[in-house]
Amino acid sequence: MLPKFDFLRPNTLSEALAMLAEHAPDVVPLAGGTNLIVEMRDGHRSPKKLMDVGRLRELRGIRRDDGHLVVGGGTTISELLAHPLIAEHGLPLRQAAGLLGNPLVRNRATVAGNLANASPAADTAPPLLALGAEVELMSKDKTRYLPLYEFVVDVNKTLLQPDELLASIRWQVPHPRSAAGFYKIGLRKADACSVINAAAMVVWDERGLCSQARIALGAAAPRPVRAREAEAALLGQPLEAGVIEAASNLAVQATHPIDDIRGTAAYRRRMAQVILRRLLTQIAESQASGRQQS
Amino acid sequence: MKPEVITMNINGRAHHIALEPNVTLLTTLRDLGYTDVKCGCEKGDCGACAILLRLPGADSAEAVNSCLVLTWQADGADITTVAGLGTAEQPHPLHSAFADTGAIQCGYCSPGLIIAAKALLDRNPHPTEQEIREAIEGNLCRCTGYGHIIDAIRTAADKMSSGKGGAR
Repeated sequence: MLPKFDFLRPNTLSEALAMLAEHAPDVVPLAGGTNLIVEMRDGHRSPKKLMDVGRLRELRGIRRDDGHLVVGGGTTISELLAHPLIAEHGLPLRQAAGLLGNPLVRNRATVAGNLANASPAADTAPPLLALGAEVELMSKDKTRYLPLYEFVVDVNKTLLQPDELLASIRWQVPHPRSAAGFYKIGLRKADACSVINAAAMVVWDERGLCSQARIALGAAAPRPVRAREAEAALLGQPLEAGVIEAASNLAVQATHPIDDIRGTAAYRRRMAQVILRRLLTQIAESQASGRQQS
Repeated sequence: MKPEVITMNINGRAHHIALEPNVTLLTTLRDLGYTDVKCGCEKGDCGACAILLRLPGADSAEAVNSCLVLTWQADGADITTVAGLGTAEQPHPLHSAFADTGAIQCGYCSPGLIIAAKALLDRNPHPTEQEIREAIEGNLCRCTGYGHIIDAIRTAADKMSSGKGGAR
């Protein structure tokens, strides 16, 4: 049985923002409910008011806009998985979408919900960090953009204000000379929370040397993190085995893992190195085969 | 909050139900007598409560866990449960194939699995074994080991594409 709450049903985005302004901080947006309803049933959360944002058309859809890919916050994980623009310009996000929860959950869960819930193990966060994504936060009076790495601050904590909605996520269309990927370790192949996950994107110059790298780890710290030391170790370097090995080892410096029911901190530190080495090796293979992902 | 009247079309039949917002679609369906929808984990892990949900304005129906949808969120929706796919006299090819291949043991997971399989075959009439396995990732079965279930879905797909199954 769920606790009692009031239920707000806006028909448009502007109505929703007005309702948030009026009812904050007592109101929580509800989209797919794949986290929130479970937490309410378990007694972990009991918001006074829920606002159904699942029917707001303005929050749906994936489009290319002025050199960016823009994903509406209410877009479901299944829609990410099926959309050709995500396959083309957001490969690590597509890979993560295919490993998030299960198909029944993916048909309801949204990308804004996954980010705003701010689980350390959120599967969409590392790919979006690797893509350099920003989140669009809208309130009745203003819209602001934050880099995703600033947005999530701690376990289940973000900079989203009570009167704001995570309206969309955007990132620059990746450079033609780049490749990216996502890798996840769970306790089983499907329907599993990440024990650890990682995403990486590498851009290279005409000589094939790394000109930009973003590496992100999930379930490795209280929030999804960028492995800055590992990124720095790739800059100006060719994607060779020794460079990859050194960068993967440095990534551990960004982690602050814990022991929990899914794995130990020591296991997570070790696996962070292993999955990054695999990811960066795959990226190097993409580069070598000239199969450039634009 | 006061009850409000929610309208839904379930297995082709219109319902108008007055209820408060803190009720899930799973509870509502079972209270209305659609007990073919099973209550398992209520966390989105087991898929026993899966139904096909088509929200107003949506292009198609999606297989979802009814335990994670509030009934108020389904206002105006078309809902199909496993019993809505066919009857005892005119079973859906998936119903027949599950019975014929031994894909049903205790039967608790079968309604959700058949719904997940229906969603797959609507989208992809000729799935590979890997595609069948991926489509049922959200449905737990503790009896069969899944082998017969995968056989059943493949059998139903073959029958439906050969036009002998009276597919709907």
